[in-house]
Amino acid sequence: MLEGIMAGLGTAFSLTNLLMVIGGCLIGTFIGMLPGLGPMSIIAIMIPVAISIGDPSAALILLAGVYYGAIFGGSTSSILINAPGVASTVATSFDGYPLARQGKAGKALTVAAIASFSGGTIGAVLLMIFAPALATVALLFHSAEYFALMVVGLSAIAAFAGSGQVGKALLMTLLGLIMATVGEGALFNMPRFTMGIMDLQSGFGFITLAMAMFALPEAMYLVLDPSRSSSGSGSGEIKDLRITKAEAKAIAPVIGRQSIQGFLIGVLPGAGATIASFLGYAVERNIAPKEEQEQFGKGSLKGLAAPESANNAACTGSFVPLLTLGIPGSGTTAILLGALIALNVSPGPRLMVDEPQIFWAVIISMYLGNLILLILNLPLIPYIAKVLAVPRNYLIPFILFFTLMGAYIGQNNATELLILVGLGICATVLRFADYPLAPLLIGFILGRMLEDNFARSMQLYDGLGFILERPMTLGLLGLALILVVLPSYRARRARLRAGGAADAD
Amino acid sequence: MALDRWIALIILMICLAYGYAAFFTMDAALPPFMKRNPVWPSTFPKVLSVMAVLAALFVLLGFEKGADDPKPMDINYRRLTEYKLGQALALLGLMAAYALLLRPAGFLPATVGFLTAGAWVLGERKLHILLPVTAGAAGVVWYLVQQVLGIFLSPWPAFLTNGG
Repeated sequence: MLEGIMAGLGTAFSLTNLLMVIGGCLIGTFIGMLPGLGPMSIIAIMIPVAISIGDPSAALILLAGVYYGAIFGGSTSSILINAPGVASTVATSFDGYPLARQGKAGKALTVAAIASFSGGTIGAVLLMIFAPALATVALLFHSAEYFALMVVGLSAIAAFAGSGQVGKALLMTLLGLIMATVGEGALFNMPRFTMGIMDLQSGFGFITLAMAMFALPEAMYLVLDPSRSSSGSGSGEIKDLRITKAEAKAIAPVIGRQSIQGFLIGVLPGAGATIASFLGYAVERNIAPKEEQEQFGKGSLKGLAAPESANNAACTGSFVPLLTLGIPGSGTTAILLGALIALNVSPGPRLMVDEPQIFWAVIISMYLGNLILLILNLPLIPYIAKVLAVPRNYLIPFILFFTLMGAYIGQNNATELLILVGLGICATVLRFADYPLAPLLIGFILGRMLEDNFARSMQLYDGLGFILERPMTLGLLGLALILVVLPSYRARRARLRAGGAADAD
Repeated sequence: MALDRWIALIILMICLAYGYAAFFTMDAALPPFMKRNPVWPSTFPKVLSVMAVLAALFVLLGFEKGADDPKPMDINYRRLTEYKLGQALALLGLMAAYALLLRPAGFLPATVGFLTAGAWVLGERKLHILLPVTAGAAGVVWYLVQQVLGIFLSPWPAFLTNGG
């Protein structure tokens, strides 16, 4: 392990990779601040750039930097103009925006930056402890267990999608899996479901799909509803970035608790940063003394520090299943997984053994990324925040243009752009009807691997015998079934009971 | 019927077509030696189609009650006409036009045209600022993609670069 860490240090501290972290963080902050553009869209746009770099460590470091930068930028726009770019920073705006209205925008940004930094750093330490241990266990897995584990991951993503959403999330996951079967796979050497269309021979492009699922609907929402991108009243002067000793003392325990809690939530597939931030906020409000409780929502520093440290720790936590099992737990890590596969790196337990320099370089670049956000980005924030003044009329065409360029560079094919527009329209309509889109992309990315492991197990055991003959596989598949069925069953029972009560009135 | 159930119906149709292909048409083209394999190219799609049909029916028949109130950040599709629908459709049209024109018209003219028309659709009328900005941006992106990333992008219309 020590050798791996040293190799990772060597890789992460090379000049190119340092520039990648700095560049990634800056680009991420810059774009993440634009209202309506979340980390997923930004990473999807950056993937072609990362892939053309060629070196997997550098590419992954760049993307991870962009990821952190985007989250930081999202918090900044939540605080300054009450326009959370992503769901995971909604809780940040509860107390961040009131602080900005009181003229304490600088203080709020500092608290957010410190909380994010601590959350990210504590998360990275926990990742260093958990990931190798989990990877050692995962090395014992066979293709049958992998298959079952992926099924568990996919079911968990559907199960944590929220009330009234499990069926829809499951349907989206299956649709993603179905889309992954289109085209010619390595497994059978024959084209499937291409309907004779030459452009579908190699299947749907992953970058095209990522753009169509996230960047395009987001941009369409900005067009449809101008109030989403309108600059609020709070974007005044940002000054006095310092916080006092007493304030630091007050938020320190909050940051500690929420970093650990956020990390643990982030490890669960499908739970992710949004739940971590809301839960962190709720927990801290409940355990705060009575007089401080009333401050929550009106500009409490604790209320700002809690969601910020929790969501950053959760983002780091979501790397655990990705790096150790090769199973993404969130939309963003799914996009990263797609990028890794495009770079010929297969994440999973073998990653730590076969390519330790990549594994550790990524973890070490997380520390670096957090540090750069704190010491480089924070002082620059007043200048970067000027980007919030870009008029919508210029912003939207450029977002659309970068979306198109991302898909074009990824595939070098103009037909891909038409597919992008078509899929983007479908995705926007799906979003209108409240269908979650991340499960579709995760299903699509895991589809090939799921089928490979399924086919390998079937061949080894000459049929479906592997399910019964391997107790762990059976157990995992049982768990997957429970994960999917339980929320619907409970919701239905609760509804019946509520319905009965209403009738009695 | 609410939009989400209409969508479930459409997905159900797609899954049925997919399932039909998997169950009835795919195996005909299978070479005889592969028929001894326990897993065929159609095996996984068959499993998927059955599960997807069940999931689509689950949503379609309304076994799951959706969230009642639209989320504050979301758009209420029932009042879609109150939003800037015309602008959104015009921009989608522009994107499709850009896709079709990128190769024949060349990257620089197509991009300047797309960005200018896009901003125009959204209500920008100051062409003396807009045109230099879009031209500059198109030039910078072309330089980055072509020179830095090394991906070939024909900058001018085909008839100019092919020597007429």
